[in-house]
Amino acid sequence: MNTRVKIRVNGALRESEVEPRLLLVQFLREVCGLTGTHVGCETGVCGACTVLVDGQAVKSCTMLAVQADGSEVTTVEGLSHNGELHPVQEGFWECHGLQCGFCTPGMIITIVQLLKRNGSPSRDEIRHAIDGNLCRCTGYCHIIDAAEYAAKKARV
Amino acid sequence: MKRVEDPRLIKGIATYVDDLKLPGVLHAEFVRSPHAHANILSINTGAAKELPGVVGVFTGADLNDKVAAIPCASPLPGGKTVSHTVLAGARAYFVGHPVAVVVAETRAIARDALDLVEVDYEPLPAVIDPEKALEEGSPLTHPELGTNVAFTWNLHSGDAEAAFKEADKTLKIRMVHPRLTPMALEPRGCAASWHPGESALTLWTSTQIPHLVRTLLPGMIHIPENKLRVVAPEVGGGFGSKLNLYPEEAVVSHLAIRINRPIKWIESRRENASSTIHGRDQVTDHEIAVRKDGTLLAIRTKLIADVGSYWQLLTPGIPPLTGLMHCGCYKLKTVHVDITGVHTNKMSTDAYRGAGRPEAAYLIERIMDLIAGELALDPVQVRLKNMPEPTEFPFTTATGLNYDSGNYQAALKKAQELADWPKLLEERDAARKAGRLFGIGISTYAEICALGPSKIMAAGGWEWGCVRMEISGKVTVITGATPHGQGQETSFAQIAADRLGVPIEDVVVFRGDTATAHFGRDTYGSRATALGGSAIVMSIDKIVEKAKTLAAALLESPPNEIEFKDGKFFVKGVAQKALGWGQLASEAYVAKNLPPGSEPGLEASSFFEPPNCTFPFGTHIAAVEVDRDTGQVKFLKYVAVDDCGKQVNPLLVEGQVQGGIAQSIGAALMEKTVYDENGQLLTGEFMDYAIPRAVDIPDFVLGSTETPSPSNPLGVKGVGEAGTIGSTPAVANAVVDALSPLGIRHLDIPFTPERVWRAIREKGGRP
Repeated sequence: MNTRVKIRVNGALRESEVEPRLLLVQFLREVCGLTGTHVGCETGVCGACTVLVDGQAVKSCTMLAVQADGSEVTTVEGLSHNGELHPVQEGFWECHGLQCGFCTPGMIITIVQLLKRNGSPSRDEIRHAIDGNLCRCTGYCHIIDAAEYAAKKARV
Repeated sequence: MKRVEDPRLIKGIATYVDDLKLPGVLHAEFVRSPHAHANILSINTGAAKELPGVVGVFTGADLNDKVAAIPCASPLPGGKTVSHTVLAGARAYFVGHPVAVVVAETRAIARDALDLVEVDYEPLPAVIDPEKALEEGSPLTHPELGTNVAFTWNLHSGDAEAAFKEADKTLKIRMVHPRLTPMALEPRGCAASWHPGESALTLWTSTQIPHLVRTLLPGMIHIPENKLRVVAPEVGGGFGSKLNLYPEEAVVSHLAIRINRPIKWIESRRENASSTIHGRDQVTDHEIAVRKDGTLLAIRTKLIADVGSYWQLLTPGIPPLTGLMHCGCYKLKTVHVDITGVHTNKMSTDAYRGAGRPEAAYLIERIMDLIAGELALDPVQVRLKNMPEPTEFPFTTATGLNYDSGNYQAALKKAQELADWPKLLEERDAARKAGRLFGIGISTYAEICALGPSKIMAAGGWEWGCVRMEISGKVTVITGATPHGQGQETSFAQIAADRLGVPIEDVVVFRGDTATAHFGRDTYGSRATALGGSAIVMSIDKIVEKAKTLAAALLESPPNEIEFKDGKFFVKGVAQKALGWGQLASEAYVAKNLPPGSEPGLEASSFFEPPNCTFPFGTHIAAVEVDRDTGQVKFLKYVAVDDCGKQVNPLLVEGQVQGGIAQSIGAALMEKTVYDENGQLLTGEFMDYAIPRAVDIPDFVLGSTETPSPSNPLGVKGVGEAGTIGSTPAVANAVVDALSPLGIRHLDIPFTPERVWRAIREKGGRP
């Protein structure tokens, strides 16, 4: 028995009949075709699927699409505007904040939300903020640099 | 230099395997054994096949006579193993062993159908402990082999008896290097599409080795090599776990042909933990002969390697690397290593980042500290005493390796400077006086990279590269190396731009597709820049030579009078009348004014065959404090000085080192793959298998020295695994040093709070 959901994704209204068991991440990837949000574990640990739901960072493998009905969702694809990168994306590029790139969209979204709460986080505050996002490539150092870069850029 | 591959990755528009959109695609899911060891009495696929949307359900009986068994490229003489069919036959022999495959219209239906496949298992005793597996009367992983010994490997160099007689002191130590799970963030996955008109198959797979897959897979699925195209699209990390040809790739390829529809399979994290290769898992017993001045005379090692239940691509090849790297960066003359590879009812071990070298670095660097502790010597002095001088290179080790170049003392000195060594020692003394458990650990490692001449490799140790000056003057570089996160699209573009004298924006690097990169041996063993980069340099040299003859004709001057500088060709002394790449490329392809005997075009490809491996080295220093009450290890300082030869892109080098150290800290402090006594995998998810989080990793103080390798024209050595090799022993030595006031002489990794707390408690240190 499918259910109708209306979710605004990166500003565009998406309406679809979905199975109640469909995860939000599957809705984004399979229904909306937005494959920037990745699935790394399906158990809510790795954070590769992190998106903003009504401004809050959410692991979209732990949320059903039907639970997001009526929400506004922002994915990594929705961060840059008019070809200009979001400061956090720019920070990742400038500071070599990524290697294989698989965890990157989730990391970026988590840091976007962190910087909304705290415009000038310390390195330790950044570490704690991204504690729910796993990266196996970078050792996190350059990711923290990237967050600092973005915070500084956003303040200027 | 920022990475050219980053924009697509940070915008979320890169294409990993699961992001591929293939019209009419079907989805495969695998039924896997929940038992470590069981006879398969029957499989009933009827209910699954009846589920609407299911296209087919296949068992070993349907596939194993049509798809050949999984290949191993490094069998050892006298080794014994089973033919590992792509699906289990009469017996399943590890948890996660694929037993059947379901193909359905959607992934959800395929997963639903898994529950409807009824498999009747008869559980058998499981072999779990590799040492007990060698005892008489042990159950057998493979009864038909009559033994759990998979292979033996011995290296006896030097006169051990004489060395032990000469020794002032002999030490004994047992070390356990646990099994580790690579856990690349992107699990494996593949998609195959059959093109009946051309009788050709395209396989997209999350792999480090598309070219080796193209070499090995055709024979398994019975199509000609030149009818198979293998593409490694964006690959989300490998660390050796994707340096393999796995059953799922062969099954999906075969079924895409058989069903004549594209099929995709994406591994779940649970499958990744159970059915993608593991690493390490060695138990070693060492006898050490040493003079009282700290000179290391000999090491005798008995090494038991738990290789799991079958051989993946390089399974038997990894423990011997530990044997060959026993000397680390030291001059000892006598090494005896006896390795026994043991089959158990577990997933196979294979090359996980470092592949045999982290185990070797761990044992030799722990041994250095044990010697210092036993003889009351300074661990730094013991190391210096045993190192070859820079003038002694090339240096042949007792194990027969020819180390290309090195200055171990310089890296050590620089690391001590960066660590503010005298002050660090004072801090430790003060902390100890205050009753705190403060430790300093040092590791001076050497490793082997850029694998490596064809004569020592199973199937070609070269690398291939092509450079094409396009008619427009843009540059296309095609590499047979297959980077998967390391950033060689950038470093190879840098190499081409620098040497050709063109803007880097004009260079495009293609990789990971056997249709464009006609040859390749791919990326593993920190080989891509040293070998792949060198093949590009060779090709550039060829097109520069050709362009010179063309310029000579156009400038009406003999070729030896033509000079090439900053992308311009001119007659010596007449730089104002120069020809650029744009003009020469256009002339080369329009081909109206070519010199006699010259072919049109401006393209060259090359195979680079290295004369030797490279041997990077460095020094890592860790300072830690152990909490007496909880056993928690906290970093106070971490310094690493790595020498990877010349650096093409220092920022990328730094990223490789940081990531390697973080993985190694994971191995030192928290990671361990655990099977219970029945062979159930207890670490099957990120919830149970800890990999480091941001809060676990300190900021590093990094430095480097630069000792060029003479083994390639770039002088590079490789850096992909250095951090993983140098770091674990530094952390281990620091933790043991912190615990040494309690009388603790050795403790094995991982230093989980529980393990450390128990060790403290046993020694009466608290509480």
